[in-house]
Amino acid sequence: MKGIIIILAILLLGELISWLTGGFIPGNIFGMVIMFLALQTKLIKEESVSSACNALTNNMTLMFLPAGIGLMAAYDIIAENWLSITLNITVTTLMVMAVVGWIVDSNKKKEGKQ
Amino acid sequence: MNTDFELLKSEPFILFLTIGAYYIGTQIQKRVHNPLVNPLLIALLIIIPTLLALDIDYPTYEKGSHAISLLLSPTVVALGFALHKQIKHLKGNVTRVLLAITAGSIVGVLSVVAVCMILGTPEILMVSMEPKSVTMPIALGITERTGGLAPLTAITVFVCGIFGNIVGPWFMKLIGIKSPIAQGLALGAASHGVGTARAMQLGQLQGAVAGMAIGLMGIWTAVVVPIVQAVLK
Repeated sequence: MKGIIIILAILLLGELISWLTGGFIPGNIFGMVIMFLALQTKLIKEESVSSACNALTNNMTLMFLPAGIGLMAAYDIIAENWLSITLNITVTTLMVMAVVGWIVDSNKKKEGKQ
Repeated sequence: MNTDFELLKSEPFILFLTIGAYYIGTQIQKRVHNPLVNPLLIALLIIIPTLLALDIDYPTYEKGSHAISLLLSPTVVALGFALHKQIKHLKGNVTRVLLAITAGSIVGVLSVVAVCMILGTPEILMVSMEPKSVTMPIALGITERTGGLAPLTAITVFVCGIFGNIVGPWFMKLIGIKSPIAQGLALGAASHGVGTARAMQLGQLQGAVAGMAIGLMGIWTAVVVPIVQAVLK
């Protein structure tokens, strides 16, 4: 229970900072940074949040299901632009994945050789 | 009206259906070791036909499943814990991680421009799809500033996430992305939170790095999109 309260308190703080900074970066992203910094500086003890955090992150897929089902409701917009949407999503998502993955991995190989 | 049908449209039933479908998905994933078999895909394949068969419309489903969606923001905060636990693995990788994300955000935007130009897609659609690899709230912020269509942005962002979640691990295996840091960063950068959910299933390190990638990718893309637009004009 304590873990959940800490997470919610940090989320609220993140939302506040988001609002104060014009709302462009979402509050939960600020919250993630605050959680990280608070744990690194030992302001929060690992034990007090570990079980709550693990329970949430291990089941993160579940949190996206309702929005995923929402695609049913967006059928019209998708149908009108299906070719462009399909190609953009498949091609460009794989390109980003490949570029990011390769850059991290290729540098690793070089480092291994040195 | 038959009262039995009212029960099937109630919030407890919708919660049961959603969490039950997700649980079945996790159990099937444990038994079938194929990267394309994963909880998100299985759950969608269970829930969508069920809703259609029982004639439950989306507003009813959305109302019933709202409690689950509310957990998303606390989950993003909880990613900070995963990052804290895994940060030691990132020491010495900071420069290449930032380089990879910078390249990823530029490729993410330019690839949309390229595909749209080849297809002759109207500019408004192109603008709407440019922030597609970014977490939803940031993507909507970008599209608002660049004059895109918010619903189209929301759809492409989300489908992008689902696509990366389902296909990502298989694709990375195919092209030889092996290290946990590279896998996590690639999933988070290409498919934001939905990709991060999958990265979490690959491992805690992958998940933590993916969570970090969501934030970095969002901020970088917000910088890149206006620059690309200025250059195109």
